[in-house]
Amino acid sequence: MAIKSKIRELQEKREKLLLGGGEQAIEKQKALGKRTARERIMSLLDADSFNEYDLFVEHDARDFDMDKKSLPSDGVIIGSGTIYGAPVAIFAQDFTVAGGSLGLMHSRKITKIMDHALKMRMPLIGINDSGGARIQEGVNSLAGYGEIFFRNTISSGVIPQISVILGPCAGGAVYSPALTDFVFVVDNISKMFITGPEVIKTVLGEEISMEDLGGARVHSEITGNAHFFASSEEECFEQIKKLITFIPWNNGQKARPFEPGEPLKRYNINKIVPDDPTLPYDVKDVIRAIVDNSDFFEVMEYYARNIVIGFGRMGGRTIGFVANQPLEMAGVLDVDSSDKAARFIRYCDAFNIPLITLVDLPGYMPGVDQEHAGVIRHGAKVLYAYSEATVPKLTVILRKAYGGGYIAMSSRHLRADFVFAWPAAEIAVMGPEGAANIIFRKEIMSSDDPDGTRKQKIEEYKQKFANPYVAASRGYVDAVIEPAETRKFLLHSLSVSENKSIQMPEKKHGLPPF
Amino acid sequence: MKNKEKLGLLNIDSTLYKTRISRKFEARTPYKAGNPKYILSFIPGTVLDILVKTGQSVRKGDDLMLLDAMKMQNQLKSTIDGEVKKIPVKKGDKVSKGTVLMILK
Repeated sequence: MAIKSKIRELQEKREKLLLGGGEQAIEKQKALGKRTARERIMSLLDADSFNEYDLFVEHDARDFDMDKKSLPSDGVIIGSGTIYGAPVAIFAQDFTVAGGSLGLMHSRKITKIMDHALKMRMPLIGINDSGGARIQEGVNSLAGYGEIFFRNTISSGVIPQISVILGPCAGGAVYSPALTDFVFVVDNISKMFITGPEVIKTVLGEEISMEDLGGARVHSEITGNAHFFASSEEECFEQIKKLITFIPWNNGQKARPFEPGEPLKRYNINKIVPDDPTLPYDVKDVIRAIVDNSDFFEVMEYYARNIVIGFGRMGGRTIGFVANQPLEMAGVLDVDSSDKAARFIRYCDAFNIPLITLVDLPGYMPGVDQEHAGVIRHGAKVLYAYSEATVPKLTVILRKAYGGGYIAMSSRHLRADFVFAWPAAEIAVMGPEGAANIIFRKEIMSSDDPDGTRKQKIEEYKQKFANPYVAASRGYVDAVIEPAETRKFLLHSLSVSENKSIQMPEKKHGLPPF
Repeated sequence: MKNKEKLGLLNIDSTLYKTRISRKFEARTPYKAGNPKYILSFIPGTVLDILVKTGQSVRKGDDLMLLDAMKMQNQLKSTIDGEVKKIPVKKGDKVSKGTVLMILK
């Protein structure tokens, strides 16, 4: 009899705690179009897979009457579960409890699940919805943040870390997401900034809304802090689930293989790229014409659109794609696109995901703004990331590959394993117009018909250098292939790269230009 | 978040490429070389005090003005040996970044 009443006591305690901040606070949360922390975990994880830890944790703060306040589970839910059978560790801040504010025990719960994830080598998902530091707990709250940032850093490159911003995430709190691999945001719900609109107004006299300062669109399009944008929490969870299928559980594994499938007939690889190197097309269609089932999962879709990054599968295996996008800013490399590509290359390298690079670019972006924004050191990140990557690196030069851009885009010289070029590829130091203007400057200037001579010299240069055969004659390109042969060549190259092994010189760590 | 930008032309190394021009590129401010005769606010703030008068001669390094910004009093100093030609602001004015505070000659 005694155990029965004890079980009843447990059930009652649980029931009370499972309500978080109570019905009134839950109603408020719903009015903002937001789900509760618990609902979020349930809709993200496989049914009945969630095991909760630390439900009974309480704070022991004494100052400012905190000893009279009870905060259920100290405002954060932690535990583990599965997504499509993959194990994940998860925490979700509960805004209904003291605004999801971070106190000492709240942070202890988060660091506990982070330690667990690292030890068990499984992905970590953090759902952020918090007003910030719990001021009443003073420096203990700051200590909590610091210990989270430290663990984010130590776990980086060992287990995948995913941040989901489903509410405010302001001040120091933003640095946890910033240290993780992928940040998910939802329109009108996510708000991230270091200093809010009020401080900005007081100090600088500039007026701006929270949404325009640090809303989901801003971080997806302008700052590059977010990797995935969704219009609802539901869509956001679908994106997270999909990402989990593409990545391995830790850096000691490969992503789980899928059933291979052919690309859809709709994407005809012979008809996507125009011959004229100055005409645009959507390089995502080329990717879709190559990958299994034409299923391409783009990362950072709205930021620095002149480069495209994302995941697809070939022969059932996850591949990371990096491609210049001629449709946007002619596909140039610049500060933002270099930053975007370099980080993704390093992600794939850290998690054993082979890289396929599709090249079609006129070079680096000229301009005072670019130079002053540090295009030298940002551009160098791409060179660094490709050079140090030891996963299989496959390159297909679709059309033009000029100058420094050619070198940077996974060229043979940065130790690409296989470099292919399509017959219309132009691998040269610059485009024919620019090159002719420099090489034949004297002839053009002293000619009776400068324009005619220029045209003639451009044509000469085109004939001689605007092709893939000069590079192929030096072995910089391994094979010139027909577009329709691309998938076949890539599948073969991937299969012979399965056991690629490269020795890097011993070092503590390199110094990438960031 | 559809991309509504239309196709335009972008010049890279004398070649014109047909492509979408990004909003960021369109909105960039063309570079202008700085003029040492123009004293600009390097930060938004409030003019706390003006220490010179129009027509007064100044030497390089002389204090011209106090600008209150980010809870700090910033001394603005003369960049040249010369004379105060014009002071387009007055004490107490709130100024945005890049506002001309004083013109020297």
